[in-house]
Amino acid sequence: MKRLLFLLPVLAFVGLIAIFGVGLTKDPKELPSMLIDKPMPQFALPGIEAGGGFATAALRGQPALVNVFASWCAACPQEHPVLTRIAGEGYPVFGIAWKDQPADARDWLARLGNPYKAIASDLSGRVAIDLGVTGAPETFVTDKAGRVRYKIVGPISPEAWEGEIKPLMDRLRAEA
Amino acid sequence: MFAEIGQFALILALFVAAAQAVLPMAGAVRGDAALMAFGRSAAELQALLLLTAFAMLMICFGRADFSVALVADHAALDQPLPYRLAATWGSHEGSMLLWVLILALYGAGLARFGDNLRASLQARVLSVQAMISVAFLAFSILTSNPFARLDPAPPDGAELNPLLQDPGLVFHPPLLYLGYVGFSVAFSFAVAALLEGRADAAWARWVRPWVLAAWVPLTCGITLGSFWAYYELGWGGWWFWDPVENASLMPWLLGTALLHSAIVTEKRGSLAGWTILLAILTFSLSLIGTFLVRSGILTSVHAFAVDPTRGVFILAMIVGATGSALALFALRAPQLKSGAMFGAVSREAGLTINNLLLMAVTAVVFLGTFYPVVMEAVGKKISVGPPYYNLVFTPLAVPLLLMVTVGPLLAWKRDSLGVLARKLRLPALLAVVVGGGIAFAAGPVTAAAVVGFTTAFWLILGGVMIFARRWTGAGGFSWRLVRTTPVAVIGMALAHSGLGVTTAGVTAMSCFAASKILVMRPGETTSLGPMSVTLARVHELEGVNYQALAAEFSVREGSRIIHLQSSRRFYPVSRNQTTEAGIGTSLFGNSYIAIGDTQQGPGGDGLVVRIYRHPLAGWIWFGGLLMALGGAASLADRRFRIGAPALRPAASPSAVPAE
Repeated sequence: MKRLLFLLPVLAFVGLIAIFGVGLTKDPKELPSMLIDKPMPQFALPGIEAGGGFATAALRGQPALVNVFASWCAACPQEHPVLTRIAGEGYPVFGIAWKDQPADARDWLARLGNPYKAIASDLSGRVAIDLGVTGAPETFVTDKAGRVRYKIVGPISPEAWEGEIKPLMDRLRAEA
Repeated sequence: MFAEIGQFALILALFVAAAQAVLPMAGAVRGDAALMAFGRSAAELQALLLLTAFAMLMICFGRADFSVALVADHAALDQPLPYRLAATWGSHEGSMLLWVLILALYGAGLARFGDNLRASLQARVLSVQAMISVAFLAFSILTSNPFARLDPAPPDGAELNPLLQDPGLVFHPPLLYLGYVGFSVAFSFAVAALLEGRADAAWARWVRPWVLAAWVPLTCGITLGSFWAYYELGWGGWWFWDPVENASLMPWLLGTALLHSAIVTEKRGSLAGWTILLAILTFSLSLIGTFLVRSGILTSVHAFAVDPTRGVFILAMIVGATGSALALFALRAPQLKSGAMFGAVSREAGLTINNLLLMAVTAVVFLGTFYPVVMEAVGKKISVGPPYYNLVFTPLAVPLLLMVTVGPLLAWKRDSLGVLARKLRLPALLAVVVGGGIAFAAGPVTAAAVVGFTTAFWLILGGVMIFARRWTGAGGFSWRLVRTTPVAVIGMALAHSGLGVTTAGVTAMSCFAASKILVMRPGETTSLGPMSVTLARVHELEGVNYQALAAEFSVREGSRIIHLQSSRRFYPVSRNQTTEAGIGTSLFGNSYIAIGDTQQGPGGDGLVVRIYRHPLAGWIWFGGLLMALGGAASLADRRFRIGAPALRPAASPSAVPAE
């Protein structure tokens, strides 16, 4: 019995090390979203031109990508061709122009092309706060019911699209 | 060339350490005096080699030799020389070198000042010490070589993070390392005692000064770090429960427990197994503290370059050191002779309760720090913040603090609750009256404030009572007793009341600190509590390697007017910004002003100004210094330097309450 007591520290230590071992394989910088598996926060935003814009309801019915971008964002031009390709493959991409003057966003899209199905202008940044956006670009994947299923921080790379996001979109399409 | 000399010295030190890890141990097993003596010379040689290596790295920094990669990454030409030299340990690689250097210096200290140690024990301790050295030297050379060359050499380097270009950084890491690494000696003593199968009063008497030698700088280091965060980070906080802060607090808590349990082992021969376990755990937590943040397991504001390969190496070292020590403990500790029995109410029991509470507090901090790692292992990402610590830490800390004053009043071996109650009745009443009175006088009274101030005053009173008790013998107060007060007793009184001073500061800061953020333009005045703050003017400043926007404030409180300058510095080389808060200090509190960006206010452009009123803030750090001073006084007690007699009657009751 007494021996067991003296064994306790070393046993506790072994357990701890196992946990550290697992922890070592994780990336400490990865930031999961609080919104995963929750409905997209409600919003209804105007567009960057008259008659544009969309509300949360527009996301229902089909899996979609919601991309937070801005003309002032340095990484967005890098992501832009990937978004164009995604839209070309028939997956709907919605855009939220974050803290961007509508005129600037229009110029930017006129220069690079517009892959977005609809664009909402979040000039005050209020909606981005609800979404928990930490920087542009950020992209949310929503399912048919309009729930957030995945979040990508930073530009989407072609590899990430091919390897992770596209298969996820296909799975979401197959869901009832 | 200097870099190469340093590199050779570092590698040579590794070989010396390898020999030192094996030969003295073999000598101790076989009773070979020559092999045992080799340990002493090896320890000194190792320290000499590492001093050389460290000096060489410092020369590289001093000469701004950008062909050394580390220098190029952490020093710039227009950086003032003192900060360039301090950058030697401002990086991961450099701080590792400092780590092994301090380890070797402690080893050399053991060799030099350990003449009164049993030769076989000293040899074993030096061997264990060298095993740790081997691991860390290998880590330094293989994964974090400070002397790696850069070709081609850049014309100028990237500067050290400006936040770290501060006198605080010059001393903060070395002090912490002196603490962390110092606990390695206690660890080595513990392992050596397990190997020898002997942990008696004499053993504890040898360990204790080494524990103190680590505890004092660690206390200073934590105090300084907290103070540095307060004045440099510009948000007026002094403790953030950040993983790295916790990592320094945990060894401190356990080190404190170790100090006290070693007293029991020394005076009464009991709790030897417990003292050994604490020694192992304290150093293990120091290892975890220094290294976990570098492994990428935890994120922290203090993070060094994160590298998973280093993480694996570090984990392996922690497994090697702690794992084998704990296994040895499981194997050998049950055979250790346990000392004299003691009653449920006695100094020993009091110290045991103090130990258990310290252990519980450490466990709480440990859980808070590592719970995110545990949760991540099962796939969830969370962070643990101040609400957890406030909720769990405080209820454990209060009884612990209350016990601090009770402990020294207890008699060894056996005491009675009745006698104790008679001794404590008056002081307790006084503490409640004074503590409650302060809380009432200070503002809206809350339970937390009353408890906090009462506890603080109770602790300070505890320090006074230690003297009162020491100075009054059977025949009442006597000057002879005052004159002969051992330094260690003064040390204990200082440390215990220092804890009270810190408690008072923490209570005041938690309950009565006030703050205000607003946009101000020159000439405007605002008030916060009894303080009235006027922004006098805003102007530009040019520093050695930075530009600054400075704002001059005049702060009036009562009839006292002080002038504060608060600035925001921009360092062009590293494109970093820092805030330099304007802090007006007084005995009863600080006024603290930090400035932010220029912003549009209701009446035109102004400066974002944050004003804080921090009652008793300085007490937090002053108390820390008192504790360190107490530890240092205790260390200076000459009784430590006299060798313990080989056979000391373990149960001899001391005539004078010595501690």
